[in-house]
Amino acid sequence: MDNNNLLEVKNLKKYFYLRSGFFFQKSAGSVKAVDDISFKIKEGETFGLVGESGCGKSTTARAILRLIEPTDGQVIYEGEDILSFPRKKMFDIRKKIQIIFQDPYASLSPRMTIGDIISEPMEIHNIGDKKYREKRVKKLLEIVGLNPEHINRYPHEFSGGQRQRIGVARALVLNPKLILCDEPVSALDVSVQAQILNLMTDLQKEFNLTYLFIAHDLSVVKHVSNNIAVMYLGKIVEVASSEALYENPLHPYTMGLLSAVPIPDPELEKKRKRIILTGDVPSPIDPPSGCRFHPRCPIAKEICSKQEPELKNYSEDGKKHLSACFFAGKSIVK
Amino acid sequence: MDNNKILEVKNLRTHFYTDDGIVKAVDGVSFDLKKGETLGIVGETGSGKSVTALSILNLIPQPTGKIIEGEILFEGVDMTKLKRRELQKYRGNKISMIFQDPMTSLNPVYTIGNQLMESIVIHRRMSKKNAKEEAVKLLQLVGIPEPKKRLTSYPHEFSGGMRQRVMIAMALANDPSILIADEPTTALDVTIQAQILELMDELKNKTNSSIIIITHDLGVVAKYASRVMVMYGGRPVEFSNINNIFYEPLHPYTIGLMNSITRLDEKKKEKLKPIEGTPPSLIDLPKGCVFASRCNYKIDKCTSKYPPLKEIKGNHYVACYRAKEFMEGSLSRKG
Repeated sequence: MDNNNLLEVKNLKKYFYLRSGFFFQKSAGSVKAVDDISFKIKEGETFGLVGESGCGKSTTARAILRLIEPTDGQVIYEGEDILSFPRKKMFDIRKKIQIIFQDPYASLSPRMTIGDIISEPMEIHNIGDKKYREKRVKKLLEIVGLNPEHINRYPHEFSGGQRQRIGVARALVLNPKLILCDEPVSALDVSVQAQILNLMTDLQKEFNLTYLFIAHDLSVVKHVSNNIAVMYLGKIVEVASSEALYENPLHPYTMGLLSAVPIPDPELEKKRKRIILTGDVPSPIDPPSGCRFHPRCPIAKEICSKQEPELKNYSEDGKKHLSACFFAGKSIVK
Repeated sequence: MDNNKILEVKNLRTHFYTDDGIVKAVDGVSFDLKKGETLGIVGETGSGKSVTALSILNLIPQPTGKIIEGEILFEGVDMTKLKRRELQKYRGNKISMIFQDPMTSLNPVYTIGNQLMESIVIHRRMSKKNAKEEAVKLLQLVGIPEPKKRLTSYPHEFSGGMRQRVMIAMALANDPSILIADEPTTALDVTIQAQILELMDELKNKTNSSIIIITHDLGVVAKYASRVMVMYGGRPVEFSNINNIFYEPLHPYTIGLMNSITRLDEKKKEKLKPIEGTPPSLIDLPKGCVFASRCNYKIDKCTSKYPPLKEIKGNHYVACYRAKEFMEGSLSRKG
């Protein structure tokens, strides 16, 4: 086993149980938001997790940090399964794993100054005295490109992009090793998106950070990630290096997803053949049998509805390229 | 007048009077829409693109908002001068609109059929029975399976993509000549977005109507629009056909936008080239060019007087003092 894996997620499951009835509640099935997924993140890399809404990508991030308790599986951080950690030990590990949320408006308390917001993690973890904390906050504001003199301002005085910088500063304040980025730029305008992405790349180099980067925007994920996992309805359907995934997608869902993204180049768009997936993403309460993608898959055969395909390595050059499809690599263009 | 023009907007100014001051959301927008074309309006949050669209049908929230100047000519009629009753003849009939959020733009307490039939009954004075048949046809047209059964469903029983299909069906109910789509797919997933945009494009070609599509996604514009208006700070900064905008942009903002996007078909770049800074507040707009504070090509003139939108070359309009230099190549777009 290679030892430079910072985080390894093994057979992670998160089911939300549904109940029906008001007085006499009975179980009414479950939403299998994350259903048996495994992946590894190497130290210093950016691991992308893409998928459409409801595929379980945010749930995965939350389950890793145990912000919601996973149903089953292992989350191995630096060789230890943190899911078995008692409260106190978990508390300590959260210094090393931080999270940046999607919505820069909802994730910062409007009643706290940005100085208080950024120093709160230090207070919680009892780090330094008041003077040290203030110094550290000012330093961080500078690092993320904000004016340290604005330490006493409130979130509403900042724009979306600036707020996301505050979110980044808060995530950095405890010197974490791993940052889970849950759609950090999807609420921002394009010109500002690029600012935040650049900032994150710079910080990664400077502080040797590892990112789990969750997004639905494939071009953004491609830009930042070394390796990417594609999720569909709670399952990982393909894992590959960023280049391999875009140049040679093996799973029909990945192909459909890539094809659906319009490229900002009019001439190219005219020539490009697009495959448009039909139908909607099915409900995770009652996912389709066999391969979960089969009802929307243009190349599905009988076997796909009966058996669930395993995530297998299809790479010939020694690098990893996993796909969960019986017909991996087969073109979906008819 | 060019007969091909179906809509002409001249020097539109829509302001909002708030407690904090006057928000100049749209401040001097002029453009025209041709028959059968898809016009893209792009810009960031607060650039005035949605307010421009809302102004066309005078759907500006009142009394805070007001069209203070300008003409909106549709079939020779100035829409800004129309009374409420007269305007109603156009709304949802000859000009209709699709909104961004399919979750909130349908009424949750009425059935899909009820909402679809409403506009048919109002504008075409049809009997309920005929309107129902028409509604079934419309749902079929936008690709909703089992349309007859679905008429009695409520919006919450539909997925996001299906709701947006219903919105399109409602918008198309009376064969409009103009369809205004305000970020029609922003709330949807990419695979669903592709379905909806294809559907709109197909229906446009079938009915020979015109579409104004408002979006911040340059990919969507590249794929579907034939001309693009780029807006910034309530004003158009560049207006031309897609090839000019994408391959030979002449305004520093458009250039910056093209440089800052991540593209799916490009190799991983070390670094992106963002536009530094943030858009200005629309309450106290700077005296000169709105973009000047973020512009790398700024000269003295830029901060004192706003550059007017000028035709730099054939059908390529730019509001920048230095556009000519970009065109002649004496200024590099990479700066």
